[in-house]
Amino acid sequence: MKKHFRQLLLAFWAGTAAASPPPELASALEVIRAVGPEGRGNSEASASWKKLTAGNANGLLPVLEGMDGANDYALNWLRAAADTIVSREVSTGAILPMNELGKFLLDTRHHPRARRLVFELLARLDPPTANQLLSGMLNDPSLEIRHDAVEQLEQQASHSLAAGNKSGASLLFQQALASARDVKQIDSIAKNLETLGQPVDLRKLFGFLLQWKVIGPFDNTGQKGFEKVYPPEQKIDFSAEYDGKAGKVRWRDYTSAHKYGMIDMNQPFGKLKEVTAYATTDFFSDRAQTVELRLGGKNSWKVWLNGKYLFGRDEYHFDAEIDQYSMPAELQAGRNAILVKVCQNEQTENWTTEWEFQLRVTDSLGTPFLPAAMAAIGVNTSNTEPANHP
Amino acid sequence: MKTLCTILWLATLTCLSATDWPQFRGPSCNGVSDETDLPTMLGSGQHLAWKTDLPGRGLSSPIIIGDKIFVTSCSGPKQQRLHVLCFNASNGAKLWERQFWATGRTMCQPKMSVAAPTPASDGERIVATFSSNDIVCLDFDGNLLWFRGLARDYPNASNSVGMSSSLVVVNGIVVAQVESESEAFTAGLDVHTGLNRWKLARPRKANWTSPVVLKSGGRELVALQSSKGVSAIDPATGTTIWQYDEGGSSIPSMASSDGTMFVPAHGLTALRPAASGEKPKQLWQSSQLRPGTASPVVVGQKVFALNDAGILTCGDAATGNRLWQLRLKGPFSSTPVAAGHFLYCVSEKGLAQVVDISKAEGEVISELDLQETILSTPSISSGAIYFRSDARLWKIGKSAPKPSA
Repeated sequence: MKKHFRQLLLAFWAGTAAASPPPELASALEVIRAVGPEGRGNSEASASWKKLTAGNANGLLPVLEGMDGANDYALNWLRAAADTIVSREVSTGAILPMNELGKFLLDTRHHPRARRLVFELLARLDPPTANQLLSGMLNDPSLEIRHDAVEQLEQQASHSLAAGNKSGASLLFQQALASARDVKQIDSIAKNLETLGQPVDLRKLFGFLLQWKVIGPFDNTGQKGFEKVYPPEQKIDFSAEYDGKAGKVRWRDYTSAHKYGMIDMNQPFGKLKEVTAYATTDFFSDRAQTVELRLGGKNSWKVWLNGKYLFGRDEYHFDAEIDQYSMPAELQAGRNAILVKVCQNEQTENWTTEWEFQLRVTDSLGTPFLPAAMAAIGVNTSNTEPANHP
Repeated sequence: MKTLCTILWLATLTCLSATDWPQFRGPSCNGVSDETDLPTMLGSGQHLAWKTDLPGRGLSSPIIIGDKIFVTSCSGPKQQRLHVLCFNASNGAKLWERQFWATGRTMCQPKMSVAAPTPASDGERIVATFSSNDIVCLDFDGNLLWFRGLARDYPNASNSVGMSSSLVVVNGIVVAQVESESEAFTAGLDVHTGLNRWKLARPRKANWTSPVVLKSGGRELVALQSSKGVSAIDPATGTTIWQYDEGGSSIPSMASSDGTMFVPAHGLTALRPAASGEKPKQLWQSSQLRPGTASPVVVGQKVFALNDAGILTCGDAATGNRLWQLRLKGPFSSTPVAAGHFLYCVSEKGLAQVVDISKAEGEVISELDLQETILSTPSISSGAIYFRSDARLWKIGKSAPKPSA
């Protein structure tokens, strides 16, 4: 009976429509959504925030809807408003508009973070329904919801494995892997699949760019090479020859065989200190689109896309992880040239030998752009399939 | 006399009371409380007033204003969810909680946490910051007053092991020390609006130390420590008043007591602040006093340095000469706090150890095993000491029993 009630509830949520917020709330929301960098709009937002949170539970949905398209500063103002309304209304025993909130949750056009907030509220007030919903949210646009859904499925797979059902476990792990975007989850699932005799090609799964042309070493004595403009920053000319730190240097091919796609400059150039080098590769896109270039590495670096500087970090040997830095970027249709400058400093400790980076192109969720997308536009897709693939 | 001075100073500047613990290492940023009635024999557990659960992770210290305790935590797979919590100090009941999403990077070493820096209060509002360099200002009822995302505003303001500088609030200015290899600055934010009042370029080196409020010549300065040394600035303008350029640690923070600054530099260096534009006078430098992660503590005429392994060294604050050493059960990350002639030290394994520093060689007089990893520096207020782990907040001292609900 309870199960049928939940199904009816879910069906009802999916079919109802939202109403416009009252004018006073709309005005307060507008002020809060106008907050910007360096505290812009904070004073006005503070007054509006009080108006926004003064009302009853009916004010919750407009706040959540106000998150659609809001910037990260405004999202936090609105999040705090939603928390405030919910905690006050729940503590006084007021009835929250769960039907409308349920509809909001199921509508993936709404901001993922607002939907996650509703999901957590549902998990608190009606855990069985939240749990039932979760199994259908493996590919949710909210990374947090998706994370929980993958975790739930991974647990089911582990239970199957513990019960001796290897084929069932394998299927469930594979399904979880297809949806996982969290690096730790991907690694964990991949390890489980490996123990089941199904190794995962992590380079391909993450979509690391493996085939590059590299040139160096140039001088980075005193870490001055980070700011110094060497010829590859001005023009990429594969036939050119330049003065490097210890003689003439030319572009050469380099393909990574590293498990996580590291482009290791120690391999082509040797274990050098106080040097810098460049790596470039082409990335083909079937259309102009916004993507993220995601880079990991513990050396100083700079990145350019089609000659335009994107970002850089002048920091050495702290730590590295996959997707350490995410840079929004605009790809053009067809060929896109990515240039990376990676520097090595003077430190001699054994934990400072790395001179490397890894890079992939993804959407905002971390889904990599895979070779199939490039194959569709008739472009050679060898970039993620190196010739020396082991 | 010292107690009276502290009370008068606090009363003239802020809405704080003498029993408040408004920031990292307390009212004078040196870990010392003027209170004298704290429990010292912790072993029996009879002084456990209450303990309560905390979400996620965190190694910031609790701060206490009146009957309210404020704590920060972080949660989620990448510690991107930032929490500010308020508890009733009498019974440990949670009064409110607000959550935010980090706008800056949250990458940390496993031992670190995004909720590493300690919040601060001016007695009217709480200002909380995180390793992501998000800063949140709330009133004591949890109403949001302003929000800043400093790493969103200044995208290279981050490092890849976690940042930990705590805030101070001085004369209406929130001082936020944000110093990494790629970008380094200290910002003075208007406590009412969060807007920049000034932004001072700082040495581009990773720095985990926290600013310290100095009383100097009848006014308040803020001392900023880095690997280059110490700068004293006017919090109203960010103008540098004086500089000490002979180096400093980037992890343990200086302590100030009776007009002398004890800076973790070349072991420990004692400085006497100078007039505007003049370099402070160096009183002594001692390689025998070498703080580890924990910051030094100065109690009366004694200065204490605790290394990571647990060797507590007591020195003469006037000369820097080593007086005695005592081996505690370590390792240690948290800074000891002091009240009366007792030092409260808590190891990473959660073993709180009370040291009677009036004894000729110092003596551990009691221990309390809290049985959880603790990296956070304790806080003191109204006859109680507060410890926090990732998952728990303890009050050891006088309290009404916690309600069963």
